[in-house]
Amino acid sequence: MSGAAGAEAYPIGLSIRGGTKIYPGTRALKAVDFDLRMGAVNVLVGENGAGKSTMMKVIAGIEQLTEGTMLMEGKPVHFRDKAEAVAHGIGIVNQELNLFANLTVSENIFIAREIARGGIDIDRAAQREATRRLMQRLEQEIDPDTPVGNLRIGQQQIVEIAKSLAQDARILILDEPTSALSAHEVEVLFRVIEDLKAHGVGIVYISHRLPELIRIGDYITVLRDGVITGARPMDGVDIPWIVRNMIGDASRDFPRTETAAFGDEIFRAEEVTLPRLGGGFAVDHVSLSVRAGEILGVYGLMGAGRSEFLECVMAQHPHSGGKLYVEGRLLTEPDVTGRIRRGIALIPEDRKRDGLVQIMSIRENITLSSLKDFTRLFHLNLKAEAAGALAFIKRLTIKVASPDNPVSSLSGGNQQKVVIGKALMTKPKVLLMDEPSRGIDIGAKAEVFRTMRHLAGEGLGIIFVTSDLDEVMALSDRILVMAQGRVTGIFDAASTTPAEVAAAAAPNRHQETAA
Amino acid sequence: MTASSASALLLLLRLRTFVALFLVFAFFAYAAPNFLSAENIVIMSKHVALNAFLAIGMTFVIITGGIDLSVGSIVGLCAMVAGWLVLYGIDPGYGWSIQFNTLEICLIVCLVGIGVGVINGFLITRLNVAPFIATLGTLYVARGAALLSSNGATFPNLGGNPDYGSDTFRFLGAGNLAGIPVSIWLLVIVALLAAYASQRTPLGRHIYAVGGNERGAALSGVKVNRVKMAVYMFSGFCAALVGLVIASQLQAAHPATGETFELNAIAAAVLGGTSMSGGRGRVGGTVIGAFVIGILSDGLVMMGVSSFWQTVIKGVVIIAAVVVDQAQQRLHARVVLQQQAAVGH
Repeated sequence: MSGAAGAEAYPIGLSIRGGTKIYPGTRALKAVDFDLRMGAVNVLVGENGAGKSTMMKVIAGIEQLTEGTMLMEGKPVHFRDKAEAVAHGIGIVNQELNLFANLTVSENIFIAREIARGGIDIDRAAQREATRRLMQRLEQEIDPDTPVGNLRIGQQQIVEIAKSLAQDARILILDEPTSALSAHEVEVLFRVIEDLKAHGVGIVYISHRLPELIRIGDYITVLRDGVITGARPMDGVDIPWIVRNMIGDASRDFPRTETAAFGDEIFRAEEVTLPRLGGGFAVDHVSLSVRAGEILGVYGLMGAGRSEFLECVMAQHPHSGGKLYVEGRLLTEPDVTGRIRRGIALIPEDRKRDGLVQIMSIRENITLSSLKDFTRLFHLNLKAEAAGALAFIKRLTIKVASPDNPVSSLSGGNQQKVVIGKALMTKPKVLLMDEPSRGIDIGAKAEVFRTMRHLAGEGLGIIFVTSDLDEVMALSDRILVMAQGRVTGIFDAASTTPAEVAAAAAPNRHQETAA
Repeated sequence: MTASSASALLLLLRLRTFVALFLVFAFFAYAAPNFLSAENIVIMSKHVALNAFLAIGMTFVIITGGIDLSVGSIVGLCAMVAGWLVLYGIDPGYGWSIQFNTLEICLIVCLVGIGVGVINGFLITRLNVAPFIATLGTLYVARGAALLSSNGATFPNLGGNPDYGSDTFRFLGAGNLAGIPVSIWLLVIVALLAAYASQRTPLGRHIYAVGGNERGAALSGVKVNRVKMAVYMFSGFCAALVGLVIASQLQAAHPATGETFELNAIAAAVLGGTSMSGGRGRVGGTVIGAFVIGILSDGLVMMGVSSFWQTVIKGVVIIAAVVVDQAQQRLHARVVLQQQAAVGH
């Protein structure tokens, strides 16, 4: 690797040699070599499921390497849990924040490390004072006594960073720190990062926002499918270089159907609204329509209201407004069961939480929404059920040892296919897919995309939500862009450019003009 | 460990409740005189049946991820309602009263039990009260109602009145059919129906799904609230049966009937492999669990072991059961992963 000159300015604080991490069913990391430079921003990029988060979890002691070693200052280290990593000066700010909404800012910052007199009596004044100093350093006007639940997401992120700083982190891992921040907050964060760098802190910065990475990064490491495909100082790196390393030469090829003529309009949403707590709309008068055989990609950044829109369609929000039509007929059913019966199926973003019952078998998960089809009066025909499940396992080529094994034994990609199978078994007309490629490896991804194409070919209308620009460009017939709950653009996939789509998704445009 | 020895051990662990039952049975057959006499077996089964009814209802509730602490009190309340109906009928206060025959009394009492279940279900699904708290509340309310009904006194001499057709009331607890006590027949029927419902009906599948992942079940179109309501109603129904059987057996109804029964029911369910975190459990396992507990306490009595020691031993057995259960879960997960690794991903 190049950058010998920079090596002295930025000593290596931590390195991984031959790091391999095996999860049941997947190899998340394959013999990676990684160097973390102190006093610099080490940028980490890769697609969803490329192994970035796994590598960071290993460094932060949340996960352990299956093979390989981790070195700090030349000596091998082994963290059995997060506390040991913290003791070595490693802090992590996860994408999913790890805060207690019911406790105050200062209580959160000092959780499990309370400043206490004699180990018993918490010194609130001292904690409050320390918190105030941290907030000054982070240029935030957050009262140490505010319950964290009352803060905006961006502010909560700042609290999380403050928590790491309070632990004197020498290495700070930031996983997608800007995804929920406003433009102003991003600037503050960048200033904080510069300040930390000057104090010799080694920062790992994970993000999907490529321009941001180039601006803030000193070193870049690109991961693809568990392998490091590029690592170098940031000088001379441009977006095409990153993309090439992220996606590889065998660039994605999702065969588009030969412009098969679309059918009639199969689903229409009119002025769907979802009020947000404390004013405003999470989904702000969204209207859209899909035709049979068409794939509509809904693109936007996190918090754009895309998932919330799908949830409204699936009757998850009793307070949502607007009208929905399937095949031109108004949807009046108020609950999920009714919507499924009318031909709508949702493939949720969070498989574990919303898509599957982990404790149940593969067969039971696939048939969960369609038990009626195998029931006479009240008697469930187990034979017919097993045959039905098996048919879908074959059709979707789900690799299972036995349909009666728990669904939790499958890899992410196969679990996703189980969720798709469950949705398809209800014979839907419209398929809503929320980030269908999240957390599955590249091979499985391609297969899921092929399945989507195939289903559209069979006449389904598909609405899929993604925050992956390439994915939305390659897979959609039409692209709808959302930002801050509103539709900010509709493009024909054949005649638009990624830049155009990305520009429409940029948040804060409305806010800034309004403010 | 090789794959075959692992699966052999797994089978053994899976049948652990059965193994425990066999061991307990064999031990007392050897150590306690008269244990194997037909008379003793019948008496013991009658004891076990009471706990088994409650435990079956409890199993469904626990599978959905809930708990029903009120069953013991429902037993007491239902016994008192049965006693009241046998003795007085319903007296609207105009100098005449409505009297009921045995079947009508049974129906009304069952409705009372189901009614308390409906209240539990309503509190939990509509008012979002945690199951532990909701049923703790109804535990007190139902017990208080039972005490109020007689001012704390016992309803004695529930022989019934041939004029009203209620003299057959004692048949339920004391009668025999083909030489086997009626309450055992009842248990067989309830257990078979419950096992069938849990394994071969959509409702049964939904109960497991709700306990495994409530959000996921809801998004799959399962009507979660209805499922929860159903299990609390069924639990109330099971408790009503026990109240009836006890009142009939004793020919008397005492308002303290059924105190702490809920704990025995939970113990039997857990011993039978029901997971307190929901999603897992079987009716068959629960019934065997109830037998293990019942045989253990009756057998120890016959051996002349102090009742204080019995309590200690019962506790140890329950804890041991859960520890073994954990081991089985881990081993099962490992075996399944090995199988899955063989087909790749």
